[in-house]
Amino acid sequence: VDTFLQQVINGLTAGSVYAVVALGYTMVYGIIQLINFAHGEVVMIGAMVAFTVINALAPSGLPPLAVVLIGAGCAVAVCMIVGYSMERLAYRPLRGAPRLAPLITAIGVSIILQHIALMIWSRNILAFPQIIESRTYFIAGAAITTMQIAILAICVSLMAGLALLVYRTPLGTAMRATAQNPQVAGLMGIDINRVIAATFVIGAALGAVAGVLFGTYYGLAQYTMGSILGLKAFSAAVLGGIGNIPGAMLGGVLLGLVEALGAGYIGDLTDLCQYGWLARFIDDCEGGGNFILAGSNYQDVFAFIVLILVLVLRPQGLLGERVGERA
Amino acid sequence: MRPLFDTRRHPWLVWVGFALIGAALTLLPFALAQVGTTWVRIANYAMLYVLLALGLNIVVGFAGLLDLGYIAFYAVGAYTYALLAGPHFNLHLPFWVILPIGAAIAAFFGILLGAPTLKLRGDYLAIVTLGFGEIVRIFLNNLSRPVNITNGPQGIARIDPFSLDGFSFGTYDTFFGLEFSAPIKYYYLLVLVALAIIVVNLRLQNSRIGRAWEAIREDEVAARSMGINTRNMKLLAFAMGASFGGVAGGMFSAIQSFISPESFVLVESIMVVSMVVLGGMGNIWGVILGALLLSFVPEILRWTVEPAQHALFGRMLIEPEVIRMLLFGLALVLVMLFRPAGLLPSAVRQRELAERSETPAGHPI
Repeated sequence: VDTFLQQVINGLTAGSVYAVVALGYTMVYGIIQLINFAHGEVVMIGAMVAFTVINALAPSGLPPLAVVLIGAGCAVAVCMIVGYSMERLAYRPLRGAPRLAPLITAIGVSIILQHIALMIWSRNILAFPQIIESRTYFIAGAAITTMQIAILAICVSLMAGLALLVYRTPLGTAMRATAQNPQVAGLMGIDINRVIAATFVIGAALGAVAGVLFGTYYGLAQYTMGSILGLKAFSAAVLGGIGNIPGAMLGGVLLGLVEALGAGYIGDLTDLCQYGWLARFIDDCEGGGNFILAGSNYQDVFAFIVLILVLVLRPQGLLGERVGERA
Repeated sequence: MRPLFDTRRHPWLVWVGFALIGAALTLLPFALAQVGTTWVRIANYAMLYVLLALGLNIVVGFAGLLDLGYIAFYAVGAYTYALLAGPHFNLHLPFWVILPIGAAIAAFFGILLGAPTLKLRGDYLAIVTLGFGEIVRIFLNNLSRPVNITNGPQGIARIDPFSLDGFSFGTYDTFFGLEFSAPIKYYYLLVLVALAIIVVNLRLQNSRIGRAWEAIREDEVAARSMGINTRNMKLLAFAMGASFGGVAGGMFSAIQSFISPESFVLVESIMVVSMVVLGGMGNIWGVILGALLLSFVPEILRWTVEPAQHALFGRMLIEPEVIRMLLFGLALVLVMLFRPAGLLPSAVRQRELAERSETPAGHPI
């Protein structure tokens, strides 16, 4: 099996999900300069709702694809409501307040959402029922499952759909105008509140689908899954240039690749026994042993290291144009 | 309105107040011990949170840098103590040697975090600090292989209690006919440390450094053009905040005698932030109030909600832990919506947060 190609495939799959989640962060940031901390929790709620519905419908004899679609539909609907209420109750009253204020409410909202989920679903891990048969294909020594192909296809079409929405429709034009300058956009007859609410709702809907995909990919969903996924997606958004929609897509995919390749190779790279001059001092190396400093259990660190490196070296991100910090 | 206690007309009232608070603090553990030693322990954890909140207040309240990974410094202090005074490496250094080392290492980590993030604005900083906290925790969880440093998720047990010249804080003693259990001894130590840190904070606030932090918080560009070395001042804030966290961590380690990465999760960071925000960022008394409220109210809830649910529904519907966290979340949101400067706001902060900027956030015209 070709490790490199395999990790690229795995990385692309996870990365495309990160990209879809990152879109939610970047759209909201682009329009009101708020890091919506609670977005990761919205994604989690999407996964939980979908899994509950799918588990309930699985024995009903409906075709599996219909079951999954109904589950995803419910997740999208619930998340849209959550996204809208969040904006309406916690963020809109604070528009124009100092930046720290909505950031802190965002943290509050994310705690609330996480613990509401804990209340509803308790600490159980919801499993994805095996209702869809997964087939595995081999390309040049690497395996790719039908599920991975489906995830990639869905993510790409979601991104394409969003790009169409933002760049080709009146709502998208209004969103871009509001992002550039809310006052002037308002003067031009755009209902800013509606546009901002729409941004949250669209972001939440994307997040819901991403949650379903992520949960399906790893086969489980739990109330804690949102925070780490949210952080990674945020890192992806920053990597691409926050506020920049193509940037979030690029950042997500790149982050997925970095993570997969990093996890795939860090063990080999940090095996001190392969460095002859060092191996002499390590007893474990005798007789072909290993002395691995850091293994794939450090996978979650890569996203944060990428985040810190980007912020230090190129704070505007790969595709971002915004220069200079607004005080 | 005339204040209830006019300290300007009767300056001695201040001393009466201090004497009353002092007496209350001295008698408190014995009163709590009557209810149960658990409550003395709860008071001790509350004091630890006071220490943490005061440390974080330097970073968030004084310098205006939102740090969501503060618990990492607590972890650094705790692990420093656990490794240097426990069976893990078979080292048993005295606590008065380790605590300064822990504070110094934590301060070093503070600078390590501060240096790359100097140019970041509030919200980016929040995320990076959050990531930093997670990195530290992931390392604590995994640094058991290939060389066992932290003992991984199992944590480190049988950590030495504080002891001074044969007097151990971990044992039961009787003085003057009064029973001093280990938690009561630690309580007095914690009160002393807290008082010292409060004094340091009060002196800092109105010092040259404190005013420089305030200037940076209000407007970094203006502060720099006034000749403030913003880089050093921000690093100093990180380092000082972190070192307080480190000291608190060391004490936590000794009091618990067991630590594991479980104690240093993101929720803990958020809890300390909540305390600072709820009490009133930048106001030392507010922060103390916030820390005490958020440590005691959940405990009281734990003791009332559970029996209440059993009585009403016959079983427990909602865990007290969940209620506690929901309350935290709600407190954060409601405080920001209705009382953005906290319960006891600092004068400057109140003025600043009351002024709503005329343009929507972040859009200079």
